[in-house]
Amino acid sequence: MNWDSWEAFWAMGGYGLYVWGSFGMTLLCVVGEIWLLRRHRLQTWQRLKRLKSWDSQ
Amino acid sequence: MNLYYYASPSTFYPLAGKLIPWFAALALALTAAGLYISFFVAPTDFQQGEGYRIIFIHVPAAWMSMFIYVVMAFWSAIGLAWNTRLSFVMARALAPTGAMFTFVALWTGAFWGKPMWGAWWVWDARLTSELILFFLYVGVMALQAAIDDPRRSDRAGALLNLVGVINVPIIYFSVKWWNTLHQGSSVNLTRAPSMAHIMLWGMLIMALAAWMYAIAVALVRARSLLLERERQTDWVRTLLEAKS
Amino acid sequence: MLKFLFTVIRRDVLLAARRRGDWLTAQFFFVMVVSMFPLGVGPEPSMLRTIGPGVVWVAALLASLLSLGRLFADDFRDGTLEQMLLSPYPNTLLALGKAIAHWIINGIPLLMIAPVLGIQFNLPPEALLILVLSLAIGTPILSLLGSIGAALTLGLRGGGVLVTLLILPLYVPALIFGAGAVEGVLSGTGAEAHLSLLGAFLMMSLLLAPWVSAMALKVSVE
Repeated sequence: MNWDSWEAFWAMGGYGLYVWGSFGMTLLCVVGEIWLLRRHRLQTWQRLKRLKSWDSQ
Repeated sequence: MNLYYYASPSTFYPLAGKLIPWFAALALALTAAGLYISFFVAPTDFQQGEGYRIIFIHVPAAWMSMFIYVVMAFWSAIGLAWNTRLSFVMARALAPTGAMFTFVALWTGAFWGKPMWGAWWVWDARLTSELILFFLYVGVMALQAAIDDPRRSDRAGALLNLVGVINVPIIYFSVKWWNTLHQGSSVNLTRAPSMAHIMLWGMLIMALAAWMYAIAVALVRARSLLLERERQTDWVRTLLEAKS
Repeated sequence: MLKFLFTVIRRDVLLAARRRGDWLTAQFFFVMVVSMFPLGVGPEPSMLRTIGPGVVWVAALLASLLSLGRLFADDFRDGTLEQMLLSPYPNTLLALGKAIAHWIINGIPLLMIAPVLGIQFNLPPEALLILVLSLAIGTPILSLLGSIGAALTLGLRGGGVLVTLLILPLYVPALIFGAGAVEGVLSGTGAEAHLSLLGAFLMMSLLLAPWVSAMALKVSVE
């Protein structure tokens, strides 16, 4: 274990802003990408359903 | 097992569907292991204190950004040579993820540079090349977005991708050259902290995690793209029936 | 074959000569962009001398890119391009001819204006010479690589800006070696290395670009 306490962990020896700024942005990008992907997939299904309903009219 | 069997969208789609959870699980497990090493096993660096831990994201992201571009080029070449729709779809599916990793590499590079060398952006050879790689990704995506016809869009993007991949070594070389000439600030991000083994392991595991993630995400994206493109075919229609 | 090449070049140059407005605009753009920089960064002579080579090179790059939009577009619009692609002559030769014509129309005037602009930036005579020489090697590269971009973006909406987005990253080595050559003269380290590398890049572009442009044309026209 490297850390004496939670405070020390978050502080990262003074580099907290940079370390968590980096890991945080990465997390944001990953979550963002996954969210966009889900949205794309849902929209595709909805579009296909709509097209199908127009076809059958 | 004849791999060509899966070169058809209708067989690839369910296969990818089965594979995605595995890659996702691997990605999560490896990320957990990697993060554990990054924060709890790797010791404090003598020169850089705790700030160096950013390399556990920065380096894997940079590796992935370059690796994905090459893999894209591979699929682009296959697509152009054999006219296989699926190859183009794979290349297209990888691009946004590659661009994302490039962005992360640039961002973490800046966040690492600021505490270590005092500036948010340093024009060192690797970061500058990474920036140009980002432009190359954006270029391919912009070109494909601008072309409506899918066939032309695929092929144009593939060509541009291949031109880019040939150019990348030249660009990197010229930027290194440029950098050594202008050695005003003797910032050298290439001289990383002398690697303890555990640090290297941490980076490798994070890189592997990123790779599994990239595959999972690319497969998901490819499936969505296929649904869209193959909507007139029977297998998509069948899927649609089953869903309704 | 050579006759075909010359015909392509001659045709483009003649067409451009009859529409003087187009290439003149690109040259004025070149002059204006270069002139903007002192207004933006201040007229201090030694600083201008430092940024001069880079500024002139980047402006030359942008002026070249401006004019690339029209490389194939006009012929595409009236159907001539399709005919030329269908002809028995290799498309690579067509692409090469177009690139050469583009250089004659846009690159050569740039070479003539560049030294005048260099003077605006306080560059000494030997630097001006290398500036022109580096551009003389560099502008054909711009025409060659640019033809790839023009072929890929044929008939697209985002046209001009899109070509710029696509081709600028690929130009980076030319920019580095070209501007670097002039800086080499200014700093006393010499320009030979830069110019040799630039020349090598030109050779590579000459061999590969027409071939890739031809492929891109087929992709865009089909």
